[in-house]
Amino acid sequence: MSSNTLYDHVWDLHKVATLPTGQDQIFIGLHLIHEVTTPQAFASLKERGVHVAFPHRTFATLDHIIPTLSQQRPYLDAQAEAMAVALESNLANTGIQFFDPASGRQGIVHVIGPELGVTQPGMTIACGDSHTSTHGAFGSLAFGIGTTEVGLVLETQTLALNRLKVRRVQVDGLLNPGVTPKDVVLAIIHHLGVKAGLGYAYEFAGTTFDTMSMEGRMTVCNMSIEGGARIGYVNPDQVTFDYLKGREYAPKGEAFDRAVAYWKSIASLPRATYDDIVRLEAKSIEPMVTWGINPGQSVGVSQSLPLPETMPDSDRQTANDAYAYMKFTPGSKIQGQAIDVVFIGSCTNSRISDLREAARILQKGKVAAGVQAIVVPGSQAVKRQAEAEGLDEIFKSAGAQWREAGCSMCLAMNPDKLIGDQICASTSNRNFMGRQGSPTGRTLLMSPAMAAAAALRGEITDVRELL
Amino acid sequence: MRLEDAIITTVSGRAVPILGDDIDTDRIVPARFLKEITFANMGNYLFYDLRFDETETPKAHPLNDPHYLGARIMIVGRNFGCGSSREHAPQAIKRFGIQAVIGESFAEIFAGNCKAIGLPVVSVSDGAHALIIDHITHHSEALLSLNLDTKTLQYGAETCHVELPEARRQAFISGTWESTALLRVNMPAVLEKAKQLPYVQGFAS
Repeated sequence: MSSNTLYDHVWDLHKVATLPTGQDQIFIGLHLIHEVTTPQAFASLKERGVHVAFPHRTFATLDHIIPTLSQQRPYLDAQAEAMAVALESNLANTGIQFFDPASGRQGIVHVIGPELGVTQPGMTIACGDSHTSTHGAFGSLAFGIGTTEVGLVLETQTLALNRLKVRRVQVDGLLNPGVTPKDVVLAIIHHLGVKAGLGYAYEFAGTTFDTMSMEGRMTVCNMSIEGGARIGYVNPDQVTFDYLKGREYAPKGEAFDRAVAYWKSIASLPRATYDDIVRLEAKSIEPMVTWGINPGQSVGVSQSLPLPETMPDSDRQTANDAYAYMKFTPGSKIQGQAIDVVFIGSCTNSRISDLREAARILQKGKVAAGVQAIVVPGSQAVKRQAEAEGLDEIFKSAGAQWREAGCSMCLAMNPDKLIGDQICASTSNRNFMGRQGSPTGRTLLMSPAMAAAAALRGEITDVRELL
Repeated sequence: MRLEDAIITTVSGRAVPILGDDIDTDRIVPARFLKEITFANMGNYLFYDLRFDETETPKAHPLNDPHYLGARIMIVGRNFGCGSSREHAPQAIKRFGIQAVIGESFAEIFAGNCKAIGLPVVSVSDGAHALIIDHITHHSEALLSLNLDTKTLQYGAETCHVELPEARRQAFISGTWESTALLRVNMPAVLEKAKQLPYVQGFAS
């Protein structure tokens, strides 16, 4: 069992009781909610006449179903409109802060929590969304839950949980030019596999993370879940504190100093012990692209696609399924693979640094003929910032579409969908079958810079050729 | 629900095999069906895009196979339920009529959601998994019996060991998988905890 890690510290501080079943009852310091995974939970509370226990520890936004061409109500999709109405009605008179589109602070829940300073180190954070692991970038224990659990948090601000093991994922060294945090996390998932994280929290440590920006750390922690780990975190440091200082919901003045003292106190100690430690070298990582139907099925952009017959039995069937679905040929190169759509966005890669990276490449040319490229900022605040920097003009003059904030084509619950078996170069987090809205649509995951390069050439391109 | 009615110790019935590893919750229930604000219809959407083509014509799939009609147990592979936290996935499985899922391993959030709605998910070894799949493929009429008291699964003349976290097992056999009551009992301690956490107090002093 691990000891003296951030995971242990935060768990122990938030433990309310040991339940008769043997599970721990854990206080949830921050509850983030959105329209898709909450209506049934609110209905259950209403049915029983129960009130929200800690409304001021709960924050809401609208992100999954919101259209990105125009946020104007009513939405054209009647189901989406009903979902928005349900959220508004469920929040009315609860005291829960709602970052709705009119507030100017709406956006993807995992983008706005950090940018508003709601997300802070040393918290337990739950949300009915598996990418809640994103918030672990601040040194919090943040994890996705289901709707019944959303109801439990609304009602008691606690959950019954099993303690996880802790694996330290240590990456050291400087990243090569053209290699980004997205490539780091895709390389980690490729190296460890999509099942390795079952039962574990991942602590991302080492000099590569020490020198990574907060937005980069968010990208890495975001995809912990794709490696099977429900929780991923980075210990808080000066980079974290500098990011939070001055944000709307961050502590101010002397309270900020006291906060920093608390945030430092929960970090893993040098004498911490782990259930497992794995190490990677940053210099061995190149720009990554997925070719299959789970995020572990990836290759470096210069590599050939793997041969199923050389794989262990346990991976071969999934690889064969992936080749059948993707219509790719084992042994062929991923570089040069034609694409139809480019999606730059999602809770993984829709922050200002991601858009700057994409713009840096897109300003070198035009989106290739026949390719549809859409850029979807993660929040209204990211959109304003990008427009202040003129990034929107770069995207538009390159021939890409500049949209309103939301989850968009990551999971296609709004009108942004692939059609038929289109291939999408996507900065999102999941290349699952049908994920981007067409049951036969195909997703290749990559960094914003790589997606921008693919947009210019109309095919998978090594972005290092364009730097 | 009364506690006695919530107790789950055994699940018996025929079993349907779902082959393959890393089956994600997008595959179990595609995202477009999440726009409904109740779980009522989720059973209709289970594995929808694998079971039906674009004209809603059934495709070859174990859940469309008359041999497995009425199965109460689903046999799955490794890392079942990975990806999205959508509870719609276990709700679809349960509302389809499945009362227990037996596999090699399960994604953490999925397993937690199953526990929260009273759907036991248990794991078996690789070897046992292969034998169970072989058995039900050749004998679709075979009755399986899962016993959470003894942590065993009986199929044909064989019995194998099943595993699940002890706290989850306790929750099923004591009828406390619906944990609202367990958590509410400690509300005074929850309020006290909130007072002790410096950030809940706004780092006031």
